[in-house]
Amino acid sequence: MPTEAAELVFDEATKVYPGRDGAAVDHLSLTVPAGEICVLVGPSGGGKTTALKLVNRLIPLTGGDIRIDGTSILEHDLTELRRSIGYVIQQVGLFPHMTVEGNIGTVPRLLGRPRSWIRTRSAELLELVGLDPSYAKRFPAQLSGGERQRVGLARALAANPPLMLMDEPFGAIDPIVRARLQDEFLRFQSELRKTVVFVTHDIDEAIRVGDRIAILREGGRLAQYDTPQRILEHPVDDFVAEFVGRDRALKALALRTLGDLELSPATDDGLPRLHAGASLRDALALLVAEHRDALLVVDADGSPLGVAKREDLLQ
Amino acid sequence: MTGWHSAGGGPVIPDFGQPSACLKHNGWFCTDWMSKHWGDVLQPALVQHIQLTVIAVGIGFGIAFLLALVGFRWRFLDAPLGGFTDLLYTIPSLALFQLLVPLTGLTVTTVEIALTSYTLFILYRNIVAGLRAVPAEVLESARGMGLTRRQTFFRVELPLAVPAILAGLRIATVATISIATVAAFLIQDGLGHPIFDAIETPDLFKTELLASGGLAILLALTADGLLAYAQRALTPWSRLR
Repeated sequence: MPTEAAELVFDEATKVYPGRDGAAVDHLSLTVPAGEICVLVGPSGGGKTTALKLVNRLIPLTGGDIRIDGTSILEHDLTELRRSIGYVIQQVGLFPHMTVEGNIGTVPRLLGRPRSWIRTRSAELLELVGLDPSYAKRFPAQLSGGERQRVGLARALAANPPLMLMDEPFGAIDPIVRARLQDEFLRFQSELRKTVVFVTHDIDEAIRVGDRIAILREGGRLAQYDTPQRILEHPVDDFVAEFVGRDRALKALALRTLGDLELSPATDDGLPRLHAGASLRDALALLVAEHRDALLVVDADGSPLGVAKREDLLQ
Repeated sequence: MTGWHSAGGGPVIPDFGQPSACLKHNGWFCTDWMSKHWGDVLQPALVQHIQLTVIAVGIGFGIAFLLALVGFRWRFLDAPLGGFTDLLYTIPSLALFQLLVPLTGLTVTTVEIALTSYTLFILYRNIVAGLRAVPAEVLESARGMGLTRRQTFFRVELPLAVPAILAGLRIATVATISIATVAAFLIQDGLGHPIFDAIETPDLFKTELLASGGLAILLALTADGLLAYAQRALTPWSRLR
């Protein structure tokens, strides 16, 4: 699957609804580098969904501009623009009268792809999103909520768009399935490298999936746009600090793994063991639970790599 | 068929040469009469009845569909159009026939106009309701994927309205089959004709009444069953919800 991700630029993008006080999105400027996931997060009324829908012109811009690979969205033909952007929403919105394959093939059909191409593509995408190819002939009513959203993702990817817009895609799914879908989404995103704009109101989800996070405050103003690490470690103001939560130090620990640390030489004297892929947060939790000051870091086969001390974790 | 009213005494039953015992006693189910008059009474009446129904429902569907498109596209017209079809529906069938006779005479046209008018109410409401029932998130994803207004209509809204439309067709068809029997007040067409004949026969010609009335019921049940089958076959997805 060849993919050319697109760079997305918000340039003073503004949306004002007539008859309403203040802007919904206020002079929003940020650049999403090609192939990265930008999460828009913030309290309700922050204009996250509005900002997302400005991109595929479901909501028209009042002022400023949005450019995809340097071309203004206003210069694109509206229909072509939308067909070239993958769109995923919380309620999925699968077509109930079409099979899974029919749903996935919607945009390719509009683009004139032959039926055989669509069948192959649909099987490919079902595998990518973790569904058995036998799902192709099922109707949406025969799927669980999580399966529907997987099909929604496959449908959005069908025409191989360089840009994906995802509006709280996992918001209606129970926490266990949500975590699995987030993982799988990150797995195939690491292969596909699409440019993704991802809206959520959940800061933990933002930290988990985002390469960059844009925190919007009420009135659609950008509070901070940075990597998850930097937002957790250096919130620009009280609003951001409050929004990311008092446990932001712990959240920051969750972003790094034992493998990232410089370890002391291994000495196996009955220390608790943890593999190198575990997060510093899990490592700290283990130390607290076991009342210990150090643990032994092991690789996937269980061979010792070195010792991590409590103070190493907290640096 | 005026020759049925014989001048002799006893039960007044049409003289068919050598009437069976069943006919002589004016029985309910005289198979000899039914088979003898299938060709010249029952079958032609049945065929005419089907024609009356198919034409009325067909034209009614065409008109209702166009009206529904207008009422769907321009929402402010929905209420007046719905009210108009509602008004037609409230006129009793015999009264509507009377109103039309000065214009179109004692003709099939008069009957068809009346029958068609009655289908509009049911069909219009069902088509509009079906088109409007498409969930908002389905429309949003269609728009977001770059379907044009026309593509959204033909690929999403119309197919999703098919169950409601076919449900409307079922009700309209069965209702038309029923109302079409009354057409015999005006014209000699349809199963209403032998039914009225049987009723007008002194002592009531029971076999003819049962045969023609039974055919009307059978026709209604068959049409309903066929349309129900079409609905299942055309929209396999609708049963899953």
